[in-house]
Amino acid sequence: MGKKLNRREFIKIAGMGAGGLAVASSFLKPVSLFGQSVSREKLIASTFSEATPTYCEICFWKCAGWVHKKDGRPWKIVGNPDDTHSNGRFCPRGTGGLGAYTDPDRLKTPLIRVEKRGKQVFKEATWDEAFDYIAEKMNGIKEKYGPECMALFTHGSGGGYFKNLIKAYGSNNIAAPSYAQCRGPRAEAYLLTYGEGIGSPERTDIENTKCLVLIGSHIGENMHNGQVQEFTRAHMNGATVITVDPRFSTAASKSKYWLPIKPATDLALLLAWINVIIEEELYDKEYVKKYTYGFEALKKAVKGNTPEWAYPITTIKPHIIRETAREMAAAAPAVIIHPGRHVTWYGDDTQRVRAGAILNALLGSWGRRGGFYAPSKAHVPKPEHPPYPKPQKGWRDAFPDKYPLANLALSSGICDATIPSTTDACSIKGWIVYGTNLMQTLPQPQKTIKAIQNLELLVAIDIMPSEITGWADVVLPECTYLERYDDLRISQGRVPSIALRAPAFEPQYNTKPAYWMAVQLAKKLGLSAYFPYEKIEDYLEYRLKAVGSSLAEMKKIGVKNLPLEQELYFLNGEDYEFATPSGKIELYSDTLAEHGFDPIPRYTAHEEPQEGYYRLLYGRAPMHSFGRTTNNPLLTELKLENEVWIHPKVAREWGIENGEYIRLENQDKVVSNKVKAKVTERIRHDCVYMVHGFGHTQKQMRRSLNRGASDTQLITRVNVDPIMGGTGMRVNFVTFRKEVA
Amino acid sequence: MRYAMAIDTKRCVGCADCVVACQTENNVPEGFCRDWIVEETIGAFPELQLEIRSERCNHCDDSPCVRCCPTGASHYEEGGVVLVNHDECIGCKACIASCPYDARFVHPEGYVDKCTFCIHRVREGKNPACVEVCPTHAMIFGDLDDRNSEISKALRTRKHKTLIPEAGTDPHVFYLL
Repeated sequence: MGKKLNRREFIKIAGMGAGGLAVASSFLKPVSLFGQSVSREKLIASTFSEATPTYCEICFWKCAGWVHKKDGRPWKIVGNPDDTHSNGRFCPRGTGGLGAYTDPDRLKTPLIRVEKRGKQVFKEATWDEAFDYIAEKMNGIKEKYGPECMALFTHGSGGGYFKNLIKAYGSNNIAAPSYAQCRGPRAEAYLLTYGEGIGSPERTDIENTKCLVLIGSHIGENMHNGQVQEFTRAHMNGATVITVDPRFSTAASKSKYWLPIKPATDLALLLAWINVIIEEELYDKEYVKKYTYGFEALKKAVKGNTPEWAYPITTIKPHIIRETAREMAAAAPAVIIHPGRHVTWYGDDTQRVRAGAILNALLGSWGRRGGFYAPSKAHVPKPEHPPYPKPQKGWRDAFPDKYPLANLALSSGICDATIPSTTDACSIKGWIVYGTNLMQTLPQPQKTIKAIQNLELLVAIDIMPSEITGWADVVLPECTYLERYDDLRISQGRVPSIALRAPAFEPQYNTKPAYWMAVQLAKKLGLSAYFPYEKIEDYLEYRLKAVGSSLAEMKKIGVKNLPLEQELYFLNGEDYEFATPSGKIELYSDTLAEHGFDPIPRYTAHEEPQEGYYRLLYGRAPMHSFGRTTNNPLLTELKLENEVWIHPKVAREWGIENGEYIRLENQDKVVSNKVKAKVTERIRHDCVYMVHGFGHTQKQMRRSLNRGASDTQLITRVNVDPIMGGTGMRVNFVTFRKEVA
Repeated sequence: MRYAMAIDTKRCVGCADCVVACQTENNVPEGFCRDWIVEETIGAFPELQLEIRSERCNHCDDSPCVRCCPTGASHYEEGGVVLVNHDECIGCKACIASCPYDARFVHPEGYVDKCTFCIHRVREGKNPACVEVCPTHAMIFGDLDDRNSEISKALRTRKHKTLIPEAGTDPHVFYLL
């Protein structure tokens, strides 16, 4: 069985997408000089190229690179060798970033809705008209309900300017789906256990590890560049990789052990590993004694969680559980139980991730080479502005007794607080949505629509006409990251660094950078004092000067690595006070106990699919960033649609052929768009899998319209994590519907 | 001098960065590609193996495409690199039919196109664009006649194979196993 991305498929694709092809940008057209064809190689060798520094916006890894032009026209983007996120090598999405610029389906001018919300009837507007409309509505909401009734959803570099704006306006309802729909449980689990989070890029010392344990993390398919590079290095250096996944992922194929676990039982496996490590006295005794709190309670709690106990739950044989636990112990402390990234699966996710955090502590890997390092971040001051007004209420007031340990606003919570109910103390009336397609990022799209129908204002700021822009009252078209400055990239890593994004091209159409939009809107709202610099160049110059650099210097180097301020690892026997209530790593959490949660993770069984239904799992493909890239002309050439992975036995039962288009129907009778069946041995029989981000319904995205199926559409129910409000989404079951020819 | 490429199937994650890097570097028209990814699954659940390969023109020593070209447009350049001279190509497609690797296509301008090992970059002392971009360093390009080149060392120390060796074309893209 082979999958070949070949020319023939491409030709077929090109034939189907004729509309897109006809308006393809000029730089992809064949080059012809003086009326005759010239050898491309000769042409490339003879031409002059110029380069502008950028950092990538196609995903959150934000690799720094150079945008090259040739004869004044866009040519290619390559990595910056000084950048620790990419080490000079971009991933396919970064390399294909030019497609975001050339996409003919981009938003081109501000739009104001003229008919019923969601009908997608807009009139083209001037920027001034659009800002006036928004300002009038925002002033009205402030007067009628209070400024706290505005909310911001954000994802991406430009979100910071709108955060500043909405805080200045008087609201703290700022949410990113990357918390409650993705990393939130990880952040809280590690905060509870170690008093510190994992952050991004992750502080995992993969390149020096001797044993890497992946629980559902499909590194290589999630193309988080630096992490994939480290993974390969560790693998080639002979590190033992243990992959726990119902699917034979790319990472599983590089692993010494693949544990094809029954979905939703990972916590049982983790507890069994903890049991073996304790019972066989394989834990780091000195480390546990010096740094941890609650060992005896833990020992008692996991007493019954033997491999034999876990076997019928997980389907992983007891001797494999023991053998893999011993492999981890043999590698300790250079061992990583990877905390994962997208971890909102089953609703007990904080507890599951915490079990991994506890296992890491027993093996002594936190603060150790090959385990978890202490990341550094550059300190770059921002210009001063007046203090923000203090909001009188917030999203949390809508759920007085719920999610006590959520440290960030819940996007799903804000959505819920927008649907009026008698208990709501803070009912949201206006949304600004920056760079996130809520129709695909929030589960339960039917609920999102209900919330939207209750709004008095919905502003969407985006590059592409995604599903959410179709629901907006005002659409503000942003230019791509290749056409704008943005704030500096200041992210954590082994070395503190800053990176600059400068515009390589002039904005196309009537599009503008987010910074400019926020400044203009602030003017209309009388909040200009919060934006001391009208021009972003001056703002950047201020920040760069504070760290001894300048815009001129950064334009030449793109990335600046600053001196390391702290050790990466604990020194031998170092005393260390963790930022937890006990000052130690909390194997037992009093905080959790006080709030009525299990102080030590405990396994409870999750609902299983009925006969004829299969658990819906979803994930990533290396050439796409969710739904954000599925219309990118360069990246659609690599993957135009998703497939649903089905085990051959299941396919036989249903008479489904490999490559056949079928539909999925979930437990709530929601039927998907048609999607190609990938009949493969690489998945268990009790689940199906698809790549997230496909199945777009937005007609203006001509390449991605109706390509593949949307997992989000089928996620009509969630298990909410009671600790922090994360929405567990792998709790939906699907069955098959054959397409009638 | 004999140029060749080795692709490390242990390192490759099949991300297709090589494909998109080639497309931007070489202005490959939309709907076509000079390199592509193949994923091959071997075995049955749960005893499985996966081989991921980045494939392209094999720049064979005994190339049927060069032999069958009526105008001499398909020819060998320095280091054994097989190229198509666009001005001499009449688009007859004989080479496309002869290639066991399905590595060639008709460019919308009328000539046959394929991987050039990025000879324009190699002549400047750089690696081909696909090799240069590969995030996992899964690809090696170099001169087989130089015993100390990275590719010579890799082929001496690592188990490797070529694709469809039975076609007898003496391909020069190797897969490290």
